[in-house]
Amino acid sequence: MKITGAQILMAIFKEERVDTVFGMTGGAAIDIFDELARTNIQHIMVRHEQGAVHAADGYARAKRSVGVCIVTSGPGATNTVSGLASAYMDSIPVVVFTAQVPTNLIGNDAFQEVDIVGITRPCTKHNYLVRSIEDLARTVKEAFYVARSGRPGPVLVDIPKDIIQGKTAYKPLRAPSLKSYNPTYKPNMKQVKKAINLIREARKPVIFAGGGVILSGASRELAEFARRLNAPVTASLMGLGAFPGTDELWLGMPGMHGTYRANMSIGSCDLLIGIGVRFDDRVTGKIDTFAPHAKIIHIDIDPTSIRKNIPVAVPIVGDCKIALGELKKLMDEEALIIDPYKNKPWLDQIEEWKSTNPLSYEQMDIIKPQYVIERLYDMTNGQAIITTEVGQNQMWAAQYYHFDQPNSFITSGGLGCMGFGFPAAIGAQVASQDKLVVDIAGDGSIQMNIQEMATAVQYSLPVKIVILNNKYLGMVRQWQQLFYEKRYASTSIDEAPDFVKLAESYGAVGLRATRPQEVVPVLKEGLSTPKPVIMDFWVDREECVYPMVPAGAPMTEMLLV
Amino acid sequence: MRTMTEEKHTISLLVDNQPGVLSRIAGMFSGRGYNIESLCVAATMDPLVSRITLVTTGDQLIIEQINKQLNKLVNVIKVHDLTETDFVERETALVKVRARPGHKAEILRLVDIFKCKVVDTNTTHYTIEVTGTVEKLSAFLNLLKPMGIKEIARTGSIALSRNNK
Ligand SMILES: Cc1ncc(C[n+]2csc(CCOP(=O)(O)OP(=O)(O)O)c2C)c(N)n1
Ligand SMILES: [Mg+2]
Repeated sequence: MKITGAQILMAIFKEERVDTVFGMTGGAAIDIFDELARTNIQHIMVRHEQGAVHAADGYARAKRSVGVCIVTSGPGATNTVSGLASAYMDSIPVVVFTAQVPTNLIGNDAFQEVDIVGITRPCTKHNYLVRSIEDLARTVKEAFYVARSGRPGPVLVDIPKDIIQGKTAYKPLRAPSLKSYNPTYKPNMKQVKKAINLIREARKPVIFAGGGVILSGASRELAEFARRLNAPVTASLMGLGAFPGTDELWLGMPGMHGTYRANMSIGSCDLLIGIGVRFDDRVTGKIDTFAPHAKIIHIDIDPTSIRKNIPVAVPIVGDCKIALGELKKLMDEEALIIDPYKNKPWLDQIEEWKSTNPLSYEQMDIIKPQYVIERLYDMTNGQAIITTEVGQNQMWAAQYYHFDQPNSFITSGGLGCMGFGFPAAIGAQVASQDKLVVDIAGDGSIQMNIQEMATAVQYSLPVKIVILNNKYLGMVRQWQQLFYEKRYASTSIDEAPDFVKLAESYGAVGLRATRPQEVVPVLKEGLSTPKPVIMDFWVDREECVYPMVPAGAPMTEMLLV
Repeated sequence: MRTMTEEKHTISLLVDNQPGVLSRIAGMFSGRGYNIESLCVAATMDPLVSRITLVTTGDQLIIEQINKQLNKLVNVIKVHDLTETDFVERETALVKVRARPGHKAEILRLVDIFKCKVVDTNTTHYTIEVTGTVEKLSAFLNLLKPMGIKEIARTGSIALSRNNK
């Protein structure tokens, strides 16, 4: 029996256990949505396609599966670009289906035609233009496989309308295997052995975890490894939650807005074990002063991450979970026992750094943004899924909410894409109905995808938005304060909507706190309201995020207050 | 740490013979700021596979990244950095050179020495086909230069490893 392209798509969705797609229809995509409506797959209809991709990203992270989007050709397709770029930088498995003009019109500058495969080539892990209906099933199968395997990432599939409507016989395909794509999961044991030799000799080890630990589900292995080595752990922004943020061995995040002790520890360690990290410039600062006394072991599934930015003594290409498993096995075989007292002077030193310059602020008569996050942390018992926008709000969330679980912190790390947090929260809420999901937002960023409030209301998704409202593009203003003699060019955003009324106009709930004593009551009411809520906190306008390492400076040269 | 000496590398790739593959490769180079000195694509015996020979320059770390980044592309089946091995490399050029009466004999003598061929001629010019290593080609072109080279078309290097594996 022959079925249509749209029906083939649905059949594969079922095989891939897709239960939700995020999307927006249009002339070229109409048949896909027509078919989708006949299945039991849930469609979350967004109000802007960028929102669809961020939502699929949030969904993929909260659910630990692949997020799916469907959009129309032309403008629908171009609107996905920021979402794809963000998912690409953060290695999140998302498959975006774009409808395309009919095959015979491609190349004619037809109505709503864009070369989306050309446009998204550098910001997807891979992409496809389907050229015939016979190729459709294999291509879609491959797209899911490529998105989730190896180092995950977004994949785009562009399907011309005649192929969506066309008919062919369909038989479920076996799992794809590609001779040109074969990720390495199992590490080379020679390298693992070398790593163990370095571990044995180390006196001042530091473990540096990244998003790769979360993606490979290696948190338990990481915790065991850290305890066995009695080594302190730091994690990149993308790695927050990979290791409990309340653990004794936890150093906090390193880098530009990292903790004093994390940066000092990296600055003086003799062994740095990077696991699923890519040594981004916001972490390394001035590259030749990064971890100057350390030998570096680097575990990552993507060979291009290794030796891209920093020299490495022992490169280990492989999946974090498998590599940590192999390290453990070999340590067991060699009966490697780390004397618990060996690292004591090192841990004492770290304790001292911890107490000399802890993260701090003073709550006076204006609301401090850090205070809002600390209260939010207390009142949610650290159990909420937190998404963020970009800027100061993102950094305060990272510093003051202590993440104990992987996938509980969802942020646009690599791209730093304003407008990410709210749609990502919607996606996370769809994935975990029973969890409290909170977007920690800035007054600037929230305006970039606020239209998704209609989506949240439509699908009764009770996401909470905490706006740290400083009436500034705060992070940029901070740079101007510190490095541009307080010339606040183009960063004041006084002309903003009344966020309380805005929430109400969408049929959501709006609350506001302008004084410190209102913070807890507003959080209490907002968090317990079973609807989408905006909580608008008017915070100290000129508060800065500290510590701060100026861009390109050594990481141990921090501005502390 | 970083050795800043630039090296020239000849890399041979087997890739899926599909539309868009070349642009993925070219895009990787331009997007990351790497150089392509020459690039040559053609089919292999297997109609599903093409061979690309490309010549690039960079320091050791950049060359390492280029090899890894090429490998990472989903449509790239195999990356072989020939510079690390024993290999043969050839390039062909067509050169249109002015044939002034006083120079004709000299040009033909060079053609003979360099074992080239005159493939076309008219009252004012010779078109010469020359094949060889990049060094041979530059030597030949340097000698022709004083006569007046009107146009050159070069294929870029093609290369194969001398191993049988
Ligand atoms: C889409 C996008 N445009 C511009 C920027 C540059 N940028 C980074 S932070 C920032 C300010 C964000 O302001 P707001 O959301 O109010 O956050 P705050 O820093 O005040 O907490 C800007 C404009 C960006 N990261 N993303
Ligand atoms: Mg702001």
